[in-house]
Amino acid sequence: MCTRRSERLSTRSTTRPTAPWTSGELVRRQAAQEIGTIIYSLGCFPSQKDLHDFIAKVEEDHTGYIHLDKFLPAMTKVLQEHKFPPISEDLLLQAFEALDKEKKDYLDPEELTKYMTQEGEPFTQEEMEEMLTALADHRNQIHYKDVVSQMTIKPDK
Amino acid sequence: MGCGTSIATETQGKSMETAMKAAVLIQRWYRRYIARLEMRRRYTWNIFQSIEYAGEQDQLQLSSFFSFMLDNFTQLNGNGPDLISQLLDPLVDPWLDRETCYNQIHVPESYTGPRLSFPLSVSDTSALLSAFKEQQTLHARYALQLLYETKKLLKQMPNIIHLSTSYIKDITICGDLHGRLDDLLLIFYKNGLPSADTPYVFNGDFVDRGKKSMEVVILLFAYLLLYPDSMHLNRGNHEDHIMNLRYGFTKEVMQKYKTHGHEMLKLFQDIFSLLPVATVIDGKILIVHGGISDQTDLDFLSSIERHKVKSALRFPRHSVGQLDIGQSCRQAKRTRSTDASRPSSSRSQSKNQGTPSLRSDSTPHTLQVPFLDSLSSVPAPSPAQHEREWKQIVDILWSDPKTQEGCSPNTFRGGGCYFGPDVTQRLLLRHGLQLLIRSHECKQEGYELCHGGQVITIFSASNYYEEGSNRGAYVKLGRELVPRFYQYQVSRSTRKLTLTQRVRAAEGSALRALKEKLFAHRCELMAGFLQCDRNNTGSVSVSEWAQVLESVLRLDLPWRTLRPHLTRLAPDGSVDYPSCFEDMGPGNPLPQVAPNLAETLFRYRTDIEIIFNIIDKDHSGLISAEEFRHTWRLFSAHLGVDINDRAIDDLARSIDFNKDGSIDFTEFLEAFRVVHKLDSKDQHLSGKMDGEKC
Repeated sequence: MCTRRSERLSTRSTTRPTAPWTSGELVRRQAAQEIGTIIYSLGCFPSQKDLHDFIAKVEEDHTGYIHLDKFLPAMTKVLQEHKFPPISEDLLLQAFEALDKEKKDYLDPEELTKYMTQEGEPFTQEEMEEMLTALADHRNQIHYKDVVSQMTIKPDK
Repeated sequence: MGCGTSIATETQGKSMETAMKAAVLIQRWYRRYIARLEMRRRYTWNIFQSIEYAGEQDQLQLSSFFSFMLDNFTQLNGNGPDLISQLLDPLVDPWLDRETCYNQIHVPESYTGPRLSFPLSVSDTSALLSAFKEQQTLHARYALQLLYETKKLLKQMPNIIHLSTSYIKDITICGDLHGRLDDLLLIFYKNGLPSADTPYVFNGDFVDRGKKSMEVVILLFAYLLLYPDSMHLNRGNHEDHIMNLRYGFTKEVMQKYKTHGHEMLKLFQDIFSLLPVATVIDGKILIVHGGISDQTDLDFLSSIERHKVKSALRFPRHSVGQLDIGQSCRQAKRTRSTDASRPSSSRSQSKNQGTPSLRSDSTPHTLQVPFLDSLSSVPAPSPAQHEREWKQIVDILWSDPKTQEGCSPNTFRGGGCYFGPDVTQRLLLRHGLQLLIRSHECKQEGYELCHGGQVITIFSASNYYEEGSNRGAYVKLGRELVPRFYQYQVSRSTRKLTLTQRVRAAEGSALRALKEKLFAHRCELMAGFLQCDRNNTGSVSVSEWAQVLESVLRLDLPWRTLRPHLTRLAPDGSVDYPSCFEDMGPGNPLPQVAPNLAETLFRYRTDIEIIFNIIDKDHSGLISAEEFRHTWRLFSAHLGVDINDRAIDDLARSIDFNKDGSIDFTEFLEAFRVVHKLDSKDQHLSGKMDGEKC
């Protein structure tokens, strides 16, 4: 990974015509996305809040740029301290079961959508649509037990 | 009320809290999963782009090879392959009208496609649209007339078109289409057909790569003829007959028009060089295909004869002559032949061209000219008029913006420049402009802004690298000149693919391409590995592995991240490098060929194909065995590959299947395609989600 990557900006996807681009806010949002991607790829599972806190620490005075010399030590610390540990399969299952109030072993799209978009750190509409497309089967039900075993990421060697 | 209620509330409270915790957990997990996908998508993207640009770079190296061949083999007195005469063929002035014989072409009764009548009307363009949607081909007779009319029209146009928004509502600007008819139709559907009220600017690269380049240009030219004041086409770097040889347009034309394809290709050559190179809107917005350089001068650009730059890949002829060191008599011969071959143009501006000056300057600096795998130092010619013109146009068509300041040669692509925000700023200021719109680079979202919003990249071919790889976009400008972006994506399947499926498909494709690259450089790579592995243990460290790959392949890729897909680890964590090549093997049983010859042939397949295509003047797919032998000898001499004549002769004999002295080179080259042995395992998209590998 080279500094070039943290400098590069790519615009967010939209499905409707965008207003003229203004700097500042858009840039900051993208920094969060990019850093999130990197941190996730290193085996960590931070929440959105965790990410924002981390970025606030390493960001270059609200410019949206993050330099490698600040990022590397902060990230190394995160890894050494196991700050954002992975979520185990069991825990994930428990989470899904907690949402499955009627104990039917699957969730309806509406149920999942309600929780994902209203609770915790809500999904955007795009994220929700993508999740539903990915998880729902042909009966339009989310059988989380099957999904979880397919999707759990083994710890990196 | 009472205890019962409070317990119920407490339980309810607890369960709500649990639900919230659960939700947060799931969200964290899911976002992480998507981020991993994003990473894979990114490096897939990197792979595609690097390989694409490396291909273009090879292309320019190939043309330097041609230039050197011209210099060193003019003496062959007809003993050389026809390649030489082809390259020496005089640049025919497109001002001279070729015979207009399309009238004599008979159109059979059975032809149910559009029968165009000129001047074109809306019913003609509608007929074309319907026909192409139905997969019909326009008959050669009408296609030829369309092309002649287009050429006539383009001759009247200036190099830079100036548009105004005062009488029209919005101008729509589209980027690269690369033969994607579906994308063009989608744009017309969403945005409206070109008309007096719906003006368009198409910013180059209409052809190559996609399978419907012919249909795309026919439509664009038809609308150009119908609405010359509302339809505007800029030249792109693929509007170039040598690029077309490599990237598919030539092949497509010959396949769709077996009898008249050759004539059409000649016409395309003229038309492409006659396309305007830039468009300016309201004196404020500059639209060019590639970009700019620190030498770009719009006033100079307006004054040159753009049609003289047929191809970015044919260096200005007389400067090639100047590169010819130490053979003055040959130089003299060349001057004469160059002069004789340049037809007198009727345009007054050509008066200042005259004879190229052949001063033997003791030039202070040398030129590093790449050809194939090496660089050659040559005294740089003094910038003569032709060369300045050539450079202006090549810069416009091939440059890319970058974040660092300054202007440097675009070594990635092999042509044009990298230009920084300061270069943009200076140019915009100098000409009173406020925005540069360009294309030339594929972007994930179909568009991208850079240089503080002063440069917009617009790219209109969705799914460019692979199904789902990127969106296409177009930009609209109203009188207030504020850009508005519109995105779309052509989808082949009716069922919506998940992000995972799209990433997976694209990734698979990219990795295969990358593995082929590795295979093509196997000998060099093994040599590199062995240098690090003196004891021949079969393994090197991950860093060493990455270093060798980078230095041999010169593709700026995240090798460590890609390692799991390319090679195995030994038990001690080091890289088992021979496993890089395990997955690949030759396709058809090779003719009896020595391994390093095979590898060379495989690596330079595309270049060789281009050379053969040039030799094969009538595009029949056949060249004589003699031509094959000569070409191969020349080529390998310049490559510095030590291949003995016997091997070549044997090869030629073995592929001349019907022993008639001619070689079907397409068949020959097919032999050097490789297959991926793990193909069957990798392909099915089972289930919607994808377990992580490793």
